[in-house]
Amino acid sequence: MPSLPTASRAAAESDHARALSRVSLRHRLAERGLDRIIWLAVPGFLFVVALFIYPAIFGVVLSFQPNDDSGFFGNYIEFFTDAYLFDTIGNTFRIALPAALINVLASIPLALVMRGKVRGKRAINTILIIPISLGTVLVAEGLLTYLGPQGWFNRILMGIGLIQEPVRLTHNIWGVIISLIITGFPFAFLLTLSYISGINPKMEEAASTLGAGRWQQFYRVTLPLLAPGLAITFCLTFVLAFSVFPSAVMLGNPAGDSHVLSVAAAQTAFQKYDFPLASTISVITAVVELLVVALVLLWRSRLYRGSSAGGKG
Amino acid sequence: MTNPLNSDDFSELRLEGVSRAFGKSAALADLTLTVKRGEFVALLGPSGSGKSTALNCIAGLLPLTAGTISLDDRRVDHLAPEQRGFGMVFQNYALFPHLTVRGNIAFGLKMRKVPRAEITRRVDAALALVQLSAHADKQPGQLSGGQQQRVAIARAVVVEPPVVLMDEPLSNLDAKLRHEMRAEVRRLHQELGLTTIYVTHDQEEALSLADRLVVLSDGRVQQIGTPEEVYLRPINSFVADFMGYRNLLSMTAHGVDGADHLLLRGDGIELTAVRNDESVLDGPVTVAMRPDDLVVGQSGGNQFSAVVTSIEYQGRDFEVQAVATSGAALFLRTPERLIVDQSISIGISPERLMVYPATKKSTPAAPVPEHEAV
Amino acid sequence: MTQLVVRERRAERQKGERRKSPFRWLVWVAAIFFFLNLFGVIASVLANSFATEWFDTWLPSGWTTKYYQTAWQDFQLADTLIVTMQVAVTVVVVSLIIGAPAAYVLARREFPGKKALMLSFLLPIMVPPITYGIPLATLLYKLHLGGTLNGVILANLVPAVPFVVLVMTPFIEQIDPKIEAAARMCGAKTWQIFTRILGPLVIPGLLAAALLVLVQTVALFELTFLTAGPGTQTLVVSLYYAVFASGIRPSQAISAMAVIYMLTTLVILVIALRYVSPTQMVTQIKDNSDD
Repeated sequence: MPSLPTASRAAAESDHARALSRVSLRHRLAERGLDRIIWLAVPGFLFVVALFIYPAIFGVVLSFQPNDDSGFFGNYIEFFTDAYLFDTIGNTFRIALPAALINVLASIPLALVMRGKVRGKRAINTILIIPISLGTVLVAEGLLTYLGPQGWFNRILMGIGLIQEPVRLTHNIWGVIISLIITGFPFAFLLTLSYISGINPKMEEAASTLGAGRWQQFYRVTLPLLAPGLAITFCLTFVLAFSVFPSAVMLGNPAGDSHVLSVAAAQTAFQKYDFPLASTISVITAVVELLVVALVLLWRSRLYRGSSAGGKG
Repeated sequence: MTNPLNSDDFSELRLEGVSRAFGKSAALADLTLTVKRGEFVALLGPSGSGKSTALNCIAGLLPLTAGTISLDDRRVDHLAPEQRGFGMVFQNYALFPHLTVRGNIAFGLKMRKVPRAEITRRVDAALALVQLSAHADKQPGQLSGGQQQRVAIARAVVVEPPVVLMDEPLSNLDAKLRHEMRAEVRRLHQELGLTTIYVTHDQEEALSLADRLVVLSDGRVQQIGTPEEVYLRPINSFVADFMGYRNLLSMTAHGVDGADHLLLRGDGIELTAVRNDESVLDGPVTVAMRPDDLVVGQSGGNQFSAVVTSIEYQGRDFEVQAVATSGAALFLRTPERLIVDQSISIGISPERLMVYPATKKSTPAAPVPEHEAV
Repeated sequence: MTQLVVRERRAERQKGERRKSPFRWLVWVAAIFFFLNLFGVIASVLANSFATEWFDTWLPSGWTTKYYQTAWQDFQLADTLIVTMQVAVTVVVVSLIIGAPAAYVLARREFPGKKALMLSFLLPIMVPPITYGIPLATLLYKLHLGGTLNGVILANLVPAVPFVVLVMTPFIEQIDPKIEAAARMCGAKTWQIFTRILGPLVIPGLLAAALLVLVQTVALFELTFLTAGPGTQTLVVSLYYAVFASGIRPSQAISAMAVIYMLTTLVILVIALRYVSPTQMVTQIKDNSDD
């Protein structure tokens, strides 16, 4: 295009109009953020589609294709009518709910104490990360010895005269819950700590200058600001506890009161080789989890969720 | 495509109808400007006026929605930024944190595959030019703000680009350093014979540095002219306001008097102004006056009375707020010590009154975000 | 005015008191109780692994290291360790190659469907592995990948790739895009920006992501359990089977194996903690308030 010397304004404008209409598709896509760089995300996206989304859909479809010819909902009917299978939902809740609640509630006071600069904070965080890194299998193996009738835990309790007979803490849901606390509490604490660190302590000081006592500062200022974070922490901890697997088998009583959903699913798949029914149990696990998470998030959506950093904080 | 562009063989950079829209909102509309080789042009405007958008368009960091950019007769607007060969200095310096000062300055030369010996020679020269030879092997993080800015400038000019673009380069510095660096920028521009396009929102900076100013508002050019022209004869009430004409009065023009002066009336004040060819002779007008042009006491020109409402001591003189009998609030500067509630007589010469057609009191359009370009 | 000063003083005093309040004491006591139990768990395993016999006493009746030899031979730990490292290293490398570029796109571009893409990277981390692991394992077995090393690696990549994306995206976001623009203005082409500017700048982020994935993969039980076959078990899965089938071998050998697993994990953890904070391991957010 030749350059325009001092062309008249009208001519220039019509030229611009033409130039505008000539804007290429590539340019228009670039305007929406779609240029060559986008290709970099394609491998990641395809990966998630192929190994997460597709298997998930495959699992849902499979759950509607029972091995026997009991029809479309056959597996679901079997799950809800077989008491042994149906009870897994209750069993899982009885383990996961207390574990998640204890983890979240216990992490609040510790996080309150550990916010800001505290001596030895990194050391404490490091110790806390150990059970997470070791994983549930090792913790379960350790607890078997430690909590067993001859283990140190019972010995100490008997030694100080709290109990006369060893308490049974393994091969029932207590062991499972304790193992979920040992691996889940550090997780809940570190999350809560990161949420509580985001709240400007000046706000509590402001509340105190207005005459709020320490409990009032916590209850009326910190807790409402922390609540959305606690909701997320609860969801993540609950989901972790709800899918408890190795410790339920190793520390619990997988044929009885720790016959949880994941144990049922794994047994169905690898002992009975009934993959469609196993998928059904997985789908039901996911649905129940999502329901709980949705309920908590629904409650969370009614809370204040704006900035809690406050000013330049 | 034959490039790199040789800095020696161009005489002007031409922008024709350069426009840039984000979705439906126009961040920059129809910028037409010719920059001569060796010229220092400042793009001036408040935030959201489109000045940074214009600079990013010239750099190639933002594609145009319309218009052309050419170096003489060669179109460059379809070239990627790295192919245009322009130098750029960023507001927050954007130094490469992992490279030393030397590494930062040498980067552009390495990209151009300049032989190693020549790189060393040119980087040394650039370091000497910005007086940073002693800091060549430091990391950018170890330098002060002013030193970082010198590195950024050296990095931009070492490749001898045809055009250097500067995006508010001094706005992150404190007042004293800003003054020093301003002189430095001007010195480098002259010493190296650069062609510089400089974006700023600081009118004082623009006036002191540039050969020509381009005043922008809402993405549109308001006025292009030398610092004197823009300062003394703002073309409209927006430019007047932006150039420090803080007193804007709504009045009505009533023809001319015997001395061929424009007659203005409003709320009991009567003023005369020197008219020019574009003056509105009748109807509503906006009258603009600089605080420095208002004189306390008799001045032999226009005269009206007012009451002092507040006084601020500003070192050399006082900034005074007063209310005219009409009720209009006025700002003026005076070395005289006045007191609040004092009645004063204010004078202003007819030459120093700027008269513009009245603009409707429109609510300013939603500010267009100055997009960060990559 | 004076009242305000008094209140401020009271606030100061309260701040001071807070350090020695009974509430703090209670919290510390609870924390110490938790740590003691954790210590007890680990020490039990350790003590048992060196025990000749341990019944009905505080400590084992004698000490020996022979069960380490038993464990090493009986559980084929050399092979298991090799498999574990093969899986972990491959997962780290592949997840970085796939995840880091995607993180760059998410950090730098706004485009239609970005939220959906972000969600698709978040889900595999939020949903527990046992939930999606069974359909995934079923599929891998259908494709004859179940039980193979490749199958185990693929399964372990499912949480690892999104994890890299989640760690790297904020890391890249905090690199000023103006630095890329500056490189471009200096004449750098896109690939030169990636190799000379972004590459060196993201290395700390890549290192952190790599170590976090490494720790996670070594400890990840469920997906490996569901997809591994006899020759492709990682250490944690072998340990599970050993406990599951206890009674066949002495418990000391199982404990010895657990100690070997623990050491492996702790070595990686010690290395990792030199570069990432403990908080980051859980929240994936760099926490500067640490130490």
